Amino acid sequence: MITRRLFLGSDRLVLGFIVVIVVLGILVPVLHLALPESHAFHVPTYLVALSGKYLCFALLALALDLVWGFCGILSLGHGAFFGLGGYAMGMYLMRNIGTRGVYGHPVLPDFMVFLNWEQLPWYWHGFDHFWFAALMVVLVPGLLAFIFGWFAFSSRVTGVYLSIITQAMTFALMLAFFRNDMGFGGNNGLTDFKDLLGYSIQSPGVRAGLFAASALALAGALALCSAIVRSKLGKVLVAVRDAESRTRFLGYRVEHVKLFAFTVSAMLAGIAGALYVPQVGIINPGEFAPANSIEIVVWTAIGGRGTLAGPVLGAVLVNVGKSYFTAALPELWLFALGALFVGVTLFLPKGIVGTARAALAVRRERRRLAGCGQGQGGGEGPALPAASAQLAE
Amino acid sequence: MALLAGLLAWTAAALAQDGPKAGAEALRALVNALGTGGYSQTSDQISALAATGDPSVAPVLQALADGDLYVREADGAVFIAARAGKIYRLRDPLSGQDAGEAGRKDIDKIKVNNSLRRAIRAALGALTLQAGDPGQRLAAAQNLFKTRDPEALESLDAALAKESDPGVRAAMAEARAALVLLAPPDLSAGLAAVATIAARGDREALTLLKEAAAGQGEVAAAAARAAGDLSQILQVWDLGQNIWYGISLGSVLLLAAIGLSITFGVMGVINMAHGEMVMIGAYTTFAVQELIRTSAPWLFDYSLTFAIPLAFLISGTVGIAIERSVIRWLYGRPLETLLATWGLSLILQQAVRSIFGATNREVGNPSWMSGAFELGQLTITYNRMWIIAFALFVFALLMFVLRQTPLGLQMRAVTQNRQMASAMGIRTPWIDALTFGLGSGIAGIAGVALSQIGNVSPNLGQGYIIDSFMVVVFGGVGNLWGTLVGAFSLGVANKFLEPFAGAVLGKILVLVLIILFIQRYPRGLFAQKGRAVEA
Repeated sequence: MITRRLFLGSDRLVLGFIVVIVVLGILVPVLHLALPESHAFHVPTYLVALSGKYLCFALLALALDLVWGFCGILSLGHGAFFGLGGYAMGMYLMRNIGTRGVYGHPVLPDFMVFLNWEQLPWYWHGFDHFWFAALMVVLVPGLLAFIFGWFAFSSRVTGVYLSIITQAMTFALMLAFFRNDMGFGGNNGLTDFKDLLGYSIQSPGVRAGLFAASALALAGALALCSAIVRSKLGKVLVAVRDAESRTRFLGYRVEHVKLFAFTVSAMLAGIAGALYVPQVGIINPGEFAPANSIEIVVWTAIGGRGTLAGPVLGAVLVNVGKSYFTAALPELWLFALGALFVGVTLFLPKGIVGTARAALAVRRERRRLAGCGQGQGGGEGPALPAASAQLAE
Repeated sequence: MALLAGLLAWTAAALAQDGPKAGAEALRALVNALGTGGYSQTSDQISALAATGDPSVAPVLQALADGDLYVREADGAVFIAARAGKIYRLRDPLSGQDAGEAGRKDIDKIKVNNSLRRAIRAALGALTLQAGDPGQRLAAAQNLFKTRDPEALESLDAALAKESDPGVRAAMAEARAALVLLAPPDLSAGLAAVATIAARGDREALTLLKEAAAGQGEVAAAAARAAGDLSQILQVWDLGQNIWYGISLGSVLLLAAIGLSITFGVMGVINMAHGEMVMIGAYTTFAVQELIRTSAPWLFDYSLTFAIPLAFLISGTVGIAIERSVIRWLYGRPLETLLATWGLSLILQQAVRSIFGATNREVGNPSWMSGAFELGQLTITYNRMWIIAFALFVFALLMFVLRQTPLGLQMRAVTQNRQMASAMGIRTPWIDALTFGLGSGIAGIAGVALSQIGNVSPNLGQGYIIDSFMVVVFGGVGNLWGTLVGAFSLGVANKFLEPFAGAVLGKILVLVLIILFIQRYPRGLFAQKGRAVEA
């Protein structure tokens, strides 16, 4: 009964988030494009780009929450999937520069001309088509996650070990992308983009469109994750998180379930990266840095893992804070971020949304007990922890 | 031109036979000749000076190469001049005695170009072959081996005949063989040269032999044979060199990881702030050295003796403080210790950046840690050697503490069965704090050693943290021997991959290999067995 109500409640919150995000996704571009700059409600360009970036981070945090919050896999390598999606999009944008590069080469991007490359490497072919790039944005991270997960989960690498090898994965990718020989622009990465689908990437229309696309992607991902979590498969996911061996003994193929969640999550992260790159105008190997991936974990933890709305909230809050602090008090940002990590793990282990919801549930329970009359009054003490424990699930 | 050269050579030869008085005058005339003519004449004049074989010519040539040689316009005499304010102070180039001063417009610099500088170097090489100091003679012989100036053969022969020092003699013989090898006068001389060069047995000898083997005839064939043998020997040395580099890298990894194998391996805390403990140790070294530099410079060679215990204490104290304030609330939730300690690492980094600044700090090597020595074909630097020894010493010390002391006994008891240990009267929270402090303190000591081979910056720890985790996980969590084996095998593997794949790709390959290894052995090289493993 309580669980059922909780699920409904969770749905309501997620539903609310979806509605808000969709409304924002329509309203912000309209306010940006339709109103003159002098108007009080006009949304300036920088704000559109900035908030579009936050939405991408929110999508990334949501992707991590699917594996960490619901399946217990703490991935310290989600930045890698994000980066790969970003690079796929960046390659499309690079190919679309055409002859407008510094060297004016019709096919080769500037950095290849600079490195005296004769022809396009094989893996750059096809990226002049948007559909191909869009496919690669989900396929490449998905495939990497599938292969990585296949090996890791079937040999039952769990917990800390898994976290550390995911970190090794993103570190290895970072080192690889820093190499000029890889053909991804070395440490400068890909930048200096011109067009997206034939329109200038700087134009207000494209900016607004990217924001709307990010909002739609986030809303869609929320709906998708919510559907996954509520399905039978979602219940197995949670079972794997809470008691992996028991689930296995009950006859579920634990590694298949994990692999599914991991791959879907990597694809979502790839989409987030692909939407992020045109909005910030650059992708470089720094995105693969292990520290970035750990930061994603913090967004999720602060918002509340195991709640779909939490990571979205956490990502936006932390990044708004980061934008403010790094501009106003740059020396203090790392102190603040560090303190946030420590504080949240110590005092808010369930995150903002999780804690708020637990508090709400406790209050509701107390009210219910009070309504039940004197007969059960003595049982209030022991009843509460049990109830909140259940609610925390 | 050739005529002029011949004339000058004849003058030189003539004056070598004249009496000392006449010789000095003729020498002076040769030196003064430097002031006349263009570059090509200067070249011949240099050869003529060198041909005298008189050691007092060396400073003249050196000054010419340095651009300190000037000619006085009034009488064409040549001097070494040094600028002193608006005027130039002159010295006699041969005797070095003061020769008055001259205005800026009274003298002209004798210009040299690069090919002249080369000629001067060769000439100086021949001259120094007969210098009084054996060290100079040795350097000249070694230099000749490299430049292989065929014109130096005569002076080399002359020097060889007079040489008494066996070491210098051997070097001269090698230089002579190198000169002879490419254009041997007869078969036996050629074969002897091949044998001498082959006996030298290093990479330069191999290059030389290969060059000689490219020619025709019996000498070339002998050189080819010798080159083949030598390259096999050198491959073995290469192997040794790679192993040495690998062990050296392994010792760095061991130092970085050994503290982590306590905090992560034994206690199960994913201590992301471990790298910052290393960094604190390195900054302690920096602070100690600064203090010594300003107040007691004569103590500098002993700075590490002070830094090591201090780094242990400071890092250990910080570790205990972290354990008491944060980590003790998080036992049994390893993934959350990761987040909290990562936060702590950010705070520590920023704190150090605020105190010491964001730039790299330089930590000096004490004199007994700088320099290198040769072992066969291996070059072994002292600081690497000491760091390997130090890493092994720290490992042994830690092993001793864990196995042989009451504290170690209690630590092992607590990690194996907390409740039982508590029931036996061990103060488990106190032991937790001490264990964490020990791990952090060891990390601080590692920081002292690592400050000797790299830059000290607030990001120092970040560079080691991933490698440290790889080592501990590879070796097997909770097993110190595993950490030892893991560190050295990763170090050696890395150095063996580097020549084929390059440094970065080698590192990537090692990471991929570790990831694959973990798939096969999810609990590392030396896995813990028993019921506690699943918990």
